[in-house]
Amino acid sequence: MSAPRTAPGTASGTAVLSVQDLAVRFNTDQGEVDAVDDATFDVREGEVLGLVGESGSGKSVTATALLQLIRPPGRIAHGRILFGGRDLCTLGEETLAHIRGAEIAMVFQTPRTALNPLITVGEQVARLYALHAGLSKAESRKRAIAMLRTVGIPEPERRARQYPHQFSGGMCQRVMIAMALASRPKLLIADEPTTGLDVSTAARILDLLRELGQQTGASIVLITHDLGVVAATCHRVAVMHAGQIVEIAPVRALFARPAHPYARALVRSIPRVDRAVNMEPIPGVVPSLINAPPGCRYAGRCPWVEDRCRRDKPMLKEIAPDHRVACFAVEDGRAGPV
Amino acid sequence: MAVPALCEVTDLRVQFPLRGLEAWVRALRDGKPPVVRAVDGVSFAVAAGETLGLVGESGCGKSTVARSIVRLNQPTSGSIRLAGTELTGLSKDDFEKQRPHLQMVFQDPTASLNPRLSVRRTVEEPIRLHTSLSAAERRERTDAVLEEVGLGADLAERYPHQLSGGQRQRVNIARALITNPRLVILDEPTSALDVSLRARIILLLEELRARHGLSYLFISHDLATVRYLASRVAVMYLGVIVEEADTAELFARPLHPYTRALLAAVPVPDPDARRDPFVLSGEIPSPIDIPAGCRLRARCPLAKPVCAEPVPLRQLSPGHRVACHLVQEEA
Repeated sequence: MSAPRTAPGTASGTAVLSVQDLAVRFNTDQGEVDAVDDATFDVREGEVLGLVGESGSGKSVTATALLQLIRPPGRIAHGRILFGGRDLCTLGEETLAHIRGAEIAMVFQTPRTALNPLITVGEQVARLYALHAGLSKAESRKRAIAMLRTVGIPEPERRARQYPHQFSGGMCQRVMIAMALASRPKLLIADEPTTGLDVSTAARILDLLRELGQQTGASIVLITHDLGVVAATCHRVAVMHAGQIVEIAPVRALFARPAHPYARALVRSIPRVDRAVNMEPIPGVVPSLINAPPGCRYAGRCPWVEDRCRRDKPMLKEIAPDHRVACFAVEDGRAGPV
Repeated sequence: MAVPALCEVTDLRVQFPLRGLEAWVRALRDGKPPVVRAVDGVSFAVAAGETLGLVGESGCGKSTVARSIVRLNQPTSGSIRLAGTELTGLSKDDFEKQRPHLQMVFQDPTASLNPRLSVRRTVEEPIRLHTSLSAAERRERTDAVLEEVGLGADLAERYPHQLSGGQRQRVNIARALITNPRLVILDEPTSALDVSLRARIILLLEELRARHGLSYLFISHDLATVRYLASRVAVMYLGVIVEEADTAELFARPLHPYTRALLAAVPVPDPDARRDPFVLSGEIPSPIDIPAGCRLRARCPLAKPVCAEPVPLRQLSPGHRVACHLVQEEA
């Protein structure tokens, strides 16, 4: 994890996935909830893009939308998700079913519940080879064992015959990663892949994700609330607050010069293991998204708020190469130097 | 240490019997019924007014230590003294008399509240049980404590489902504080909270400790929070303490290979941070089959033949204790 990371996508900047004005809306008894409010971002070839925010920031809903798995009472209200020359929002279920797993794969937070408890681990991985690559039973099994070895399962021949309950949490997550990568997807979405794992296990899972991403060329969208995980793993970061992307920047720029008032507060609000710090909690609470007012959703918590912030929605604007921020106070300099 | 210990735990052992088919097979094989040695000889002291962090990964026994102190599980052997009183031998009634001095805050702020009790009723419960205060006096005391943890009077009549996660944890803290305890055991009190709430609860806990001269036993796997709150830290691995030191010392100079690996594994919010590449192999073994000698031996890249010998916790410098043969050699 100590190797310096240069963003692989920045040279070419080719987008594997392009999300434009994505809005995900839920109908509730109390009113409409814009869980994702006009999100726009690209995922570039071979990069790890972090999607960071607190609970309710819309990061997991965004991931679910990428896979077209939003179910009622939720719906994609508008927006485009361009992947491989197609808009995923316009595709039929049959086409999507092929894309999911084969071209876009997902790793979940709770690996144990994502695995089938009644089928051996080896069989679960092997089935993917049979399904996506059309391999024979024997060949699928061979490939599955090889893949389990790649993700660091010791004695893969023996472990392949075991069931998920015989695996530890970290080992289950390795199996999930093996399954996600079995079809050599172009895009891997990892939703809090290390939450709930012990620190040393978590560190190894993150290393594994990054290494395998590099080896297979897969782009990774890493969803997390942990800024440490972001710093250790991602090339670029999108910061979400209450359904809005407020800042998107290369990882170094985000930590060295966070611009959005929320991003600045977030970086200052966490205790650190590497040095003694003065923690400053973020003021206020995440606002209710039910019938949310127009304008910036951080307005109620922001020290630089003015009338315009509550009325109009700030757009993402580039403040430095590849570093975009959605904030009027940053735009007109009220928030001070970045 | 100049300050006398408020809580002293000596050679605490907690064993759980193993049941089921596997236990039966093991009993036949080994000739004795198998036990899980969850806590296997732990000694530490918490001084008045200090925060001792007890850290380690899942299954290391840190929560079992905490639960033994408040009698949520029964120690197999060892001594637990609170302000000079031995707690382990006390009858149920005598232990209840000590309970007001000894409170606990749990990890899950929702599961640890009764959904049918209002905030006021929840917070008041301990002084209802332990004191003979009148209803009016109880009300006054409850309002004062709620105010102190940052819950306004308007929240007092609400029920847990009407509160946010952060507010629920404040209720739990208020309930722990209302008896004016001397020792508060905090078992991962911020792990279930979001980042911005976490910072505020941490600051609240520190403020309350300083104001009331409380002592905390702070159980956590979150080393960054421990660094912020604790004045001293004890690191547990597989049922034993492997290292203990002042917080600044431990984070600057971790001596035990396990501590070093644990610190190296925590991701730091700085993309240019230089990581200690020190890692352990494999996973934590089962506390049923604890290896002889150093418990980390099989996973430790530095292990030598001497590591098969028993390894007691030794004092290396004032306040810094380590259980590692190799550190001894270097020193």
